[in-house]
Amino acid sequence: MKRNGVFVCNCGVNIAGTVYVDKVVDEIAHYPSVKHCEFYDYMCSDPGQKKIEDAIKEKNLDGIIVACCSPTLHEETFRSATERGGLNKYSCEIANIREQCSWVHKDREKATEKAKSIIRGIIEKVNLNEDLDPIKVPVTKRALVIGAGVSGIQSALDIADSGYEVLLVEKSPTIGGHMAQLSETFPTLDCSQCILTPKMVAVSRHPRIKLMTMSEVVDVKGYVGNFQVTIKEHPRYVTDDCNLCGDCVKVCPQVTVNEFDRGLTLRRAIYIPFPQAVPAKYVLDDQTCLGLNPLRCDKCEKACDVGAIDYDMQPKFLTEHFGSIVVATGYDLYDISQIPEYGYDTYEDVIDGLQFERLLSASGPTKGEVRRPSDGKVPKEVVFIKCVGSRDPESHHPYCSKICCMYTGKHAMLYKHHVPEGQAYVFYMDIRSAGKDYEEFIQRATEEDRVMYIRGRVSKIYREGEKIMVWGVDTIAGKKVEIAADLVVLATAIVPREETIELAKKLRIPMGPNNFLKEAHPKLRPVETLSAGIYLAGAAQAPKDIPETVAQGSGASSKVAGLLSADELTHEPTVVRIKVEECNGCGICVNICPYEALTLDKEKGVAVVNDVLCEGCGTCAAACPSGASQLRNLTDAQIAKMLKEML
Amino acid sequence: MSEFEPKIVAFLCKWCSSAGADLAGVSRLEYKPNVIPIRVMCSGRVDPLFVLKALKEGADGVLVSGCHPGDCHYVQGNMFARRRFIILKKLLEFVGIHPDRFQVSWVSASEGTKFTKVIDDVVESVKALGPQTKFKKVGIDE
Repeated sequence: MKRNGVFVCNCGVNIAGTVYVDKVVDEIAHYPSVKHCEFYDYMCSDPGQKKIEDAIKEKNLDGIIVACCSPTLHEETFRSATERGGLNKYSCEIANIREQCSWVHKDREKATEKAKSIIRGIIEKVNLNEDLDPIKVPVTKRALVIGAGVSGIQSALDIADSGYEVLLVEKSPTIGGHMAQLSETFPTLDCSQCILTPKMVAVSRHPRIKLMTMSEVVDVKGYVGNFQVTIKEHPRYVTDDCNLCGDCVKVCPQVTVNEFDRGLTLRRAIYIPFPQAVPAKYVLDDQTCLGLNPLRCDKCEKACDVGAIDYDMQPKFLTEHFGSIVVATGYDLYDISQIPEYGYDTYEDVIDGLQFERLLSASGPTKGEVRRPSDGKVPKEVVFIKCVGSRDPESHHPYCSKICCMYTGKHAMLYKHHVPEGQAYVFYMDIRSAGKDYEEFIQRATEEDRVMYIRGRVSKIYREGEKIMVWGVDTIAGKKVEIAADLVVLATAIVPREETIELAKKLRIPMGPNNFLKEAHPKLRPVETLSAGIYLAGAAQAPKDIPETVAQGSGASSKVAGLLSADELTHEPTVVRIKVEECNGCGICVNICPYEALTLDKEKGVAVVNDVLCEGCGTCAAACPSGASQLRNLTDAQIAKMLKEML
Repeated sequence: MSEFEPKIVAFLCKWCSSAGADLAGVSRLEYKPNVIPIRVMCSGRVDPLFVLKALKEGADGVLVSGCHPGDCHYVQGNMFARRRFIILKKLLEFVGIHPDRFQVSWVSASEGTKFTKVIDDVVESVKALGPQTKFKKVGIDE
């Protein structure tokens, strides 16, 4: 039997306010195998950790139980203290009596009893724990960045500049993401494309960045340091020989809506998304093309002098290895046809924020003149509505989309710069302008550009002649408001891209309640996921503006560079062991293992574990009919003993 | 006589349900204190024998909670778990233990509120069944 030390943390009043720690210590001190038991105010403090080190030496302990907060927080702290005391770090285990006990119960007696049960269980676990050494695994010194919007671009550039190879995968035909669609950016009114395109060019020229557009991740295997990712590259039907002459577009008979202009213009089946697209190549949209197989219209191929059209291109699959992955898949706008009272689907002159960006953009359909879609007239009265689908838990999304306050202020301001005699109205719930120079920017919109802010919601939008009638309420004046507008711009909620949900499943990273990707800790590990080696950047995690997105892209890349700088990584040694004398070679475990960590040694007729591949889930241990497969430090015997003493 | 308070063991997977339980704690949500948690790496680690062992040791009920099907941190551990538990429920019924004494739920890391509801529901339903005495009655509780 081990000589255990049990340390109960008061955590100030976080634990001691609910659990009678003195009673716990009185009882646990007499529990078999416990040679030392005490409570202390803050075990995680330096003196607290020192207590563990000292007790190990003074009382010759060989097992440590710390009853405190969740092991996700301080397991490592106390395991290193245990190591400093001269023991193997796996002699230390955490009894979670805060998150799963003191914080969730009010009845002090019952919480105390529960805490004792939890501690008794963990003591029994420690009694049967064995000393383990971390398993060392080599690191593949390459990174994968998924998504090439501004966050993915920043992340890829930073990783590549740190000296590591990067594969940047983008689903669309060009990189740049939503930022390429924007006109000017708040709060400086920098031209969005002007500041983004140098970064896009840098990506395309960087010797350590390999770019794959029209590509998506279809399968992910492996683990931190050694991911094995399969990528599908969709055919572009245009080869690298394309010299951008544009002759193909002139002859293409097929027309569809231009996604880049968010449906405000049309494009041909063969097209380039925008002039600065990277890679600078045309692309043939096979869904719009008259047909590739077996009948072809052939017009673009005939028009192409350099023979860059290849109708026989097929999807390509390639599997590559990476040490780390950054997920930067960005956002989409909420489908506002879900809000029929705003008439987005019904009236051409009700548009969303990104459409207005295109109208303002010098490269947009109107070359930067503000003209409304229905008749091309310059609108004299424009109504902007914020929180469309956001902050509406009953009907739409409960969260704040964060960027709309600022971009609506910018939209109204830019509109006034284009049409000084026009009037801009903004319907708002609150103005959230927390950010460097943001409040000043909003003040400039209201004071210098005379944008009229009306606090209240809009209940109905309908057409009357050439006007779009907006019915709302001004809650400050306590009056109904009716505006005959020429154009209405909706600041639509930001949602994660639908493909991100599928991707998250492939990567086995969790999502939060609104399907935004979940960080490992909302405050202290905001760029990490719970899956080691996979990091987050940009709006796939939560609505974010450009500065935050870029900062997180850089943050993720510094995490990646840190990880790749090591020659080997350590892998948890709590993996499965096969007791050879009990294994009868049935092979059930081999088929069950998702990591192919188990193989059958046909000669000896037993299963063999590859420690490096085993992730320690223990599913094979539960399936083994002879009990030969055992998870280290969570064996069947341990669980049986824990159950006996906990109950 | 005081009201019967069931003793229940919960096997929680590390990645989803234990994290969900932690979130419930961080959010200071309150739930019934009858359930003693055991953290396992995956719901797939839970051998049906653990459930029987818990009942034999005097638990009135057992809960296993893991990631939602399709969201398993270990790809498909919870799928294996689900299959095993369907059969286990039948076995329990067959040997005369009410199948509601063994419950399975899927709670993700972001579902703190759901976790509290699961616990309260399990406690309520096991409480309604009264103490679990099957093993004692047939004398195999030792």
